Amino acid sequence: MAVKQKTVAESHAITGNEAVAYAMRQINPDVVAAYPITPATEIVQIFSNYHADGLVDTEMVLVESEHSAMSATIGASAAGSRAMTATSSQGLLLMHEMLYVASGTRTPIVMPVVNRAVSAPLNIHCDHSDTMGSRDSGWIQLYGENAQEGYDNLIQSIRIAEHPDVMLPVMTMTDGFITSHGMENVFLLEDEEVQAFIGGFKAAYPLLDTDNPVTFGPVDFTDYYFEHRRQVFEAMVNAKQVILDVAKEYERLTGRSYGFFETYRLDDAEMAIVVLSSAAGTTRFVVDQLRKQGMKVGMLKLRVFRPFPATELVEALKHVGAIAIMDRADSLSGEGGPVGAELRAAFYNEEKRPKAVNYIYGLGGRDVTIHHIESVYKDLANILETGVVGPTVRHLGVRE
Amino acid sequence: MVAPLKQLSLRPDRLTSGHRACAGCGFPIALKMVLMSTEDPVVVANATGCAEVCTSIFPYTAWDVPWIHSAFENAAATISGVEAAYQSLKRQGKIASDKTIRFVAFGGDGGTYDIGFQSLSGAMERGHNMLYVCYDNGAYMNTGIQRSSATPYGASTSTSPAGKVRQGKVQYRKDLAAIMAAHNIPYVAQASIHNHRDLMNKAQKGLETDGPAFLNVLAPCRLGWGFDPKNILDICKLAVDSTFWTLFEVEDGKWKLSYKPRNKVQVTEFLKTQSRFKHLFKKGNEELLEQIQADIDAKWEELLERCGANA
Repeated sequence: MAVKQKTVAESHAITGNEAVAYAMRQINPDVVAAYPITPATEIVQIFSNYHADGLVDTEMVLVESEHSAMSATIGASAAGSRAMTATSSQGLLLMHEMLYVASGTRTPIVMPVVNRAVSAPLNIHCDHSDTMGSRDSGWIQLYGENAQEGYDNLIQSIRIAEHPDVMLPVMTMTDGFITSHGMENVFLLEDEEVQAFIGGFKAAYPLLDTDNPVTFGPVDFTDYYFEHRRQVFEAMVNAKQVILDVAKEYERLTGRSYGFFETYRLDDAEMAIVVLSSAAGTTRFVVDQLRKQGMKVGMLKLRVFRPFPATELVEALKHVGAIAIMDRADSLSGEGGPVGAELRAAFYNEEKRPKAVNYIYGLGGRDVTIHHIESVYKDLANILETGVVGPTVRHLGVRE
Repeated sequence: MVAPLKQLSLRPDRLTSGHRACAGCGFPIALKMVLMSTEDPVVVANATGCAEVCTSIFPYTAWDVPWIHSAFENAAATISGVEAAYQSLKRQGKIASDKTIRFVAFGGDGGTYDIGFQSLSGAMERGHNMLYVCYDNGAYMNTGIQRSSATPYGASTSTSPAGKVRQGKVQYRKDLAAIMAAHNIPYVAQASIHNHRDLMNKAQKGLETDGPAFLNVLAPCRLGWGFDPKNILDICKLAVDSTFWTLFEVEDGKWKLSYKPRNKVQVTEFLKTQSRFKHLFKKGNEELLEQIQADIDAKWEELLERCGANA
């Protein structure tokens, strides 16, 4: 997010969860079905207060599990209403079966997810293992660095999900505790502005249109299943342009610009870190420090992981000598994390490509400090100097 | 009371012919009767199972009402979301205030007693305006006749087969209707497809109840039970006349017996009609048959007591 405030909007000191819940109130969904889980619990708690005070038209369905939360949300969306839920970690894992049903049934559900590690061992703190585990479920994934981005991404997601060329569910992420419970200055839109931006929801084939009955969720055999899955692929490809168009429109409204990713001092960089979410803030600071020392370092912060903007990432990074791809999740393939694997794969057919190493960092909320980030840039400098890449998968900040 | 047969016969089929259920299958009879019991618009959610796969093979559908299937264990949660959308949109004036839609979920005993039990309990507790109908055929028939918690004691299934040392399932059935009644919902009932009038009256009551309702319907599977298709209704009648399956209602917590056989027949009369029980009639298994009879007698007495119908 590049900030060029057009007008002097009022900023509010609020937490990430408060910003997300505030956006949900402004979206005013017809149905919210949810089940509590740390650290996402607050979102629905705060929203419940809005509901109790009559500030939303929402019907609340306070279910007995996340599996039922997603099931009810799918039912509500198919019925023709705008439906949302929120979750984290084990809750997202319990929904896993239904995530595929939501995308396959083409229900444009929007769900904020507060990233948290997954069991075992039980851990309530931030990493991205939960949503990275959902990466093949047909959901669009937007990762936010801070409360502002959590707020902005959620509002934009309504438009992305419901676009007729897309009709796919979207999850928007903030980092557990770091962002969800950290207080920041957030610029908030007026309710009317949000409503005008998202518009009303008009389902093409609502279940509640009983005069025109439709069958949702039929059986496909070998003769149709492949075509229907192919349509999900096409929708995901279509989402790329829609994400950019919606971002452009949102920028006109707010002065805050979004794309697939944000680059920071990358144009002339010889070394770069590719990172998602809150660790980008630390990285940006280190970039500035090292630049003062004359090191040509830069950063690329990935916002959109699904769809994966492979060609755009290659274009943005191909001039860089060495990159460190940061994964706050381990695929446990023995070959690193999901961002590392996909970004390196994107470069496979390129003649000119950076040397690349993949860092697993911050699992279970392990702090990532400026010293850690500095050490990564120093590793990259060493790779450039010696021409030797060394281990391609490294663990940052872990006791060996 | 549901409309007379003459009028019912003029109502259009909401589950139309052309579906792929076996000849002599119980669920299409049950589902058709439930949907025929009201003329109000309905929306249906279906759990994964025979009723779902046989009726919705793309690009065809046997459903002439809005219908959704999302997964196996969540028909109750899915329909609760649909119903919540209806409540929300109606309150916002986006659905005409004079339009009343009824919400129904269908699941087999696997999707209801077992894997969907939590989702069902949650939906009932939350008080959605919906009727959940279990078409109970006493096993996981769609996946090839595996035992469920609704499988009767002694029945041979593909995961509780009768063998040299074991004689079918060794547990008794879960009493789901009583568990549903313990949720203190306004309406719970049990019915059987051979008694159409009783079934449809109960379905209509369940649909028109303000709040959640649960209806458990005996709907035999000819493959899983092993009988000649033409005998399905006779077998259901034997199930009820032997009190293997009982017909009752629980309305606002008050238990009421719907049918008391004039001459209660021995359960063996019911068991011997189906190949799933044939091993019980082998020499040496007499004690098992006695046990089954004793269990059924005890449960019947218990039901009579609950209904205040002991005489």
